[in-house]
Formats: sequence, structure tokens, C-alpha cells
Amino acid sequence: MTQPTTTPSGGSGPDHAHDDDGSVAISARGLSRTFDETTAVDGLDLTVARGEIYGFLGPNGAGKSTTVRILCTLLAPTAGRATVAGHDVVTEPNAVRSRIGVALQEIALDPKQTGTELLRLQGRLYGLHKSEIEVRLRELAELVDLGAALDRPIDTYSGGMKRRLDLAAALVHNPDVLFLDEPTTGLDPASRLRVWEEVRRLNEHLGMTIFMTTQYLEEADELADRVGIIDGGRLVAEGTPDDLKRSVGQDVIVVRIDGDADQAADAIRRVPGVDAVEPRHDELIVSVGQGASTIGPVAVALADTSVVLRDLTLRTPTLDDVYLQLTGNRISGGDAARFDPSDTTSDDPTHARQPDDHADAMEALR
Amino acid sequence: MTTIDIPPTIDLTPVRPRPTGFLQDTVSIAGRALRAVPKDLSAVIPPVLIAFFFFIVNIATLKGLTQGSIAGFDYTAFEMPTAILLGVTGVSRAPALVLDVQDGYLDRLLLTPVRRLSILVGHMVADVVVAAVLTLPILIVGFILGVRFESGPLGVLVFIALAAFWSLAFAAFGYAIALKTGNPAAVQSSFLLFFPFLFLTSSYVPREQLTPWLQHVAAWNPVTYILEGLRSLAMVGWNASDIGQAALAIALVAVLSFAMCFKALDGRVKQK
Repeated sequence: MTQPTTTPSGGSGPDHAHDDDGSVAISARGLSRTFDETTAVDGLDLTVARGEIYGFLGPNGAGKSTTVRILCTLLAPTAGRATVAGHDVVTEPNAVRSRIGVALQEIALDPKQTGTELLRLQGRLYGLHKSEIEVRLRELAELVDLGAALDRPIDTYSGGMKRRLDLAAALVHNPDVLFLDEPTTGLDPASRLRVWEEVRRLNEHLGMTIFMTTQYLEEADELADRVGIIDGGRLVAEGTPDDLKRSVGQDVIVVRIDGDADQAADAIRRVPGVDAVEPRHDELIVSVGQGASTIGPVAVALADTSVVLRDLTLRTPTLDDVYLQLTGNRISGGDAARFDPSDTTSDDPTHARQPDDHADAMEALR
Repeated sequence: MTTIDIPPTIDLTPVRPRPTGFLQDTVSIAGRALRAVPKDLSAVIPPVLIAFFFFIVNIATLKGLTQGSIAGFDYTAFEMPTAILLGVTGVSRAPALVLDVQDGYLDRLLLTPVRRLSILVGHMVADVVVAAVLTLPILIVGFILGVRFESGPLGVLVFIALAAFWSLAFAAFGYAIALKTGNPAAVQSSFLLFFPFLFLTSSYVPREQLTPWLQHVAAWNPVTYILEGLRSLAMVGWNASDIGQAALAIALVAVLSFAMCFKALDGRVKQK
């Protein structure tokens, strides 16, 4: 269920942009896609401004990849309409394809070709002249740091090299809009940082609009101008990462207990300064305005109940907290996953951001 | 904190995509398919070796028998078309197309503005070239064994063209299966379709030497007319009826197989 009241307006967001004035790179209205009885995308409304990095955040099976495949013209929507770079994805698919670059979640390469052969063919299919292709080859080889490896068969590449070549293939024709479907899934931390740097560079230097799906909270937080959070095929929140986190509260107190969570939640809700309490298994996520001054009263309130306090942690809110508040699940938790026929990989959710601790509350109480 | 070496800023030359034509797209795809052939010799060498094997063994087994019973009969020239059809039938890039489906590379192609038909036709153009090349070693062996073309050098070219287009007409069944199923084993099994085509006909002896029931079946088998057209070029010369019937037989098979593979292509590439 979409909750527009929880969708903060982003500072860089295209809230007043219109599809026909050239300021909108991607627009979707009531976009839906069903597979037999399963609804993967459910009435999605989306607007991405030209030159924006838009992070599309959600757990496995939320509908991210299906949305990307519709916007990239690989899938048709069962309802609704979408335009990319000003062209309708169903009625003008070739115009869309000429203006987008796509790195899908599943690396799409021919292992028998060399990197050079693959990039040259990409250039030819986009109608680039031979001289343009050769120039782009040199530049892209440097950009994705493949160098001499480009002349080797792709089946000799490491996973990170394949991912970088896939990105280069998406960039051969200098697209207006770049779709990156979980671009860092499976990469080591160093390769992930390199991809982030490349994404920033493409956006800053070429003004490329980037639509990036991810299930990594840190990635969305670090890269995206705005973040859309998708759950069950619906956009449940949208805004800048800061705005979204601010919607949860200034601080978050994480309470771990043994005992009756409902009783503990009731006790905490009566503490002045507490905005919201979200029970989750043996944890309570407490949104507060001033964490340092509220954490003590929270501990005292729990002391008057029958629950056993295991620990208290004070930290800043994360996008995971936003997701939890909106859906009752965590992106970083396994139980958030739903079926999405386009999501064909099972990603490791432990890559989720580890929140910055302000202080260990138990230590503070001593 | 992890320190990594980020390369300095690289300014990419701005380029703009341009519309391409069907021919340009087809040539691009065909070029890629042809470049892949030397990297995948296991797809073309075994059929040729099998063809050589049967060519030599059949001549050794049946030459004396047939030439002894039919005056002026050149069994080597008679058998060469059978060997060539055995060598070129089923040789196609359809298994490679299945791998494109499995590796996701077909999606990479479909994300470009390439004409969808060019993806298939480009592979087929490559198949025709490969099939034409594969006929050469068997022809050379035939020449070494004394076969002479009554239709002359132009007849040799027509012979190669008929063999290559038959190869393409049959390969289209493989493409249909590849695009419909995305299953390499299913594509490989399409070669089994050729066995009734090849053996229920005049592969080893002239049609009039077959038993009556097999003569009847062979009369409905398009391969019969293709073999007779090819043999005619080598053994008779320019016989318009024989060559025309061979071309018509190939065309009839192609109509069926192309209809199937274009339908499968549409199902595979359209925005579903």
C-alpha cells in the first residue's frame, strides 16, 4: 500500500517537473506487471529528473528488476504507461533503446568473444562509425580499468572484470539514461567502491541520468540524489536519503530484551520524547527526537516492567529503519523477500549497512 | 578504511547513436557468428569427418556392386552428394543462439536498437557461408577420386549453393527449437529429424533400385529431389527439371522451417 504521507519531497526531486518539458528522464504512471497470479509491480508512479541519480531500493523480490525490465523495453507492462528519455517504452521501444544503457543484474556477455569484439559489436549496433568506436574503446577500457584484458576471451575474466565490461557495454553509445540493476551485487568491497566512483563520475561529468536498483542500503545512501523504496511492487516512500531518514526521527534507540515485547513497547511509548516504537522479534526500534536525553528514561521505564533488558544502543536512523517503519520488515532481513520473477539471484543480505553507533547505551548507563 | 586506486577522471567523447539499416544489422550479427566458428570447431569438424567416413566406406562397400550391375554408372559421383548433405545438414549456429539465451547475451542484443529479424538472419547468413565452406573438402576428395562435373565450374558453384541452402532450410528447424525452448539438448536432437530424410530416399542406390514401398516413400521425401538435382549437376550436366525440382524441394522445406523459426523468434523477442 502506497503511503504518500510518508513520502518526503526531495530537495533535488522533480516534484514539479512535467514529462513534456524535457526535464524528466523517466516517468511511470500506474505501471503494473503481473505474472500469472503474481503481481510483481503494482501501480507504480515514478518520476526521475534528467541528470539525477535515483536509487531504487528494496529487498529481493520487491519488483525492482521487473520495473527495470519494463523501463528498458524487455518486458511490457500489463497496465499503466512509462516513458524513458521522452519516449514511450511500448509504442516507441527503439527510440528508448537508442537512448538508454543497461547493465542488468545478470551479467549479459558472450563468453566466447573478447571484450574488444563485444564492445565493437555494441558500437556497430548503435550505428557508431568505426573511428568513433575505436575512440570509445580506448576511453572505456581506461574507465573500467580493463586495459589489455579487453583482448582476452571474456570467459577468462573474473566476476568483477565481467561486471565492469558489462558496464562498459552499456556506455558505448553515450546513453542519456543509464539503468544499473544491482550493479555491485557479488563484487568485493574494492570493486564496489570503484563502481560507485564510476557512477558518480558519469553523472557529474556527463550529466547522465542514472536509475540504479540496489538492496544495499549504504549504496543508495552514498550515491542516490533520491531514493524510492519499493515493497511488494509498490513505491512505499520516496525522497532524499536524509529526508527519508529524518522521517523516522533524529535518533534511533535499539532495545534488545527477553520477555514480553508488547509490554516493553507500551512502557517505552509512555516515555516523553519517544516518537514511535516498532517491535521486531526480540528488538524494539524506538524513534526519538533527542536520543542522548531519552535513552536513560527508556532504560528506567523498562526497569519497571517484567522484561529483561539485554542491551540498549543509540544510533542515527538508516534507510533500513525507514523500510521497517513502513513495512514492518527489514531490507537487511531475510523475511523481507518476496517473489519477483525477474529477480534470479539470491543476494547476500548481510551486506546491508551497519549503522553508525553514537554510543553504546549500556556503557553510557554504567 | 580500504584504500583503492581510483583512476583519474576520464572525459568520454560524446557520441550519438544513429539509426542502422537491416543490412548493416545483419552483417554485424553475421560477422560475430562467423568470428565464433574458429573458436567452436567442435561444432563443424565432426559432421565433416562423419561425412568423409561414410563417403569412403560406402564407396568401398557398394561401388563394385553398383558399377557392376549398371553400365556406365559412376558410384563415386553418385555418392558424393549424399556425403555432402550428411556433412552440412544440422550444422548451424542454433546451439550458439541457445547459449546467448542462457548467458543473457540475447537480452544484451535486445536492449540495443538492432532489428530483431537481423539477429536470426545474421546467424543464418553465417550458416550459409559455413555450409558452403564445408562442402569444399568433400568436393576436393571427390575430385581426387575422379569425379568430374558434367555441368562445368558453374555447375560446381550451383552445387555448392544448393547444398548450402538446403543446410539453411534444415537449420531453421534448429533455430525454431532453440528460440522456442532455449534448451541446447533439444537443439542437438533436431539432427534426428534428418535421419528419415536421409535414409528413406536414394542415398545409397538409385531410386529405381529401391523396393517398391521405399520408392513410394522416397517420392514424398524432398531430400530425394535434392540428391537427384545435385547428382544431375555432376553426372548429367544442365538438366533444368532436376535442378528445378531440387530448388523447389529446398524451398518447400524452407517455407515450413522458416515459418516455424520466425514464429519462435517473435515469441522470444517481443515485449511480453
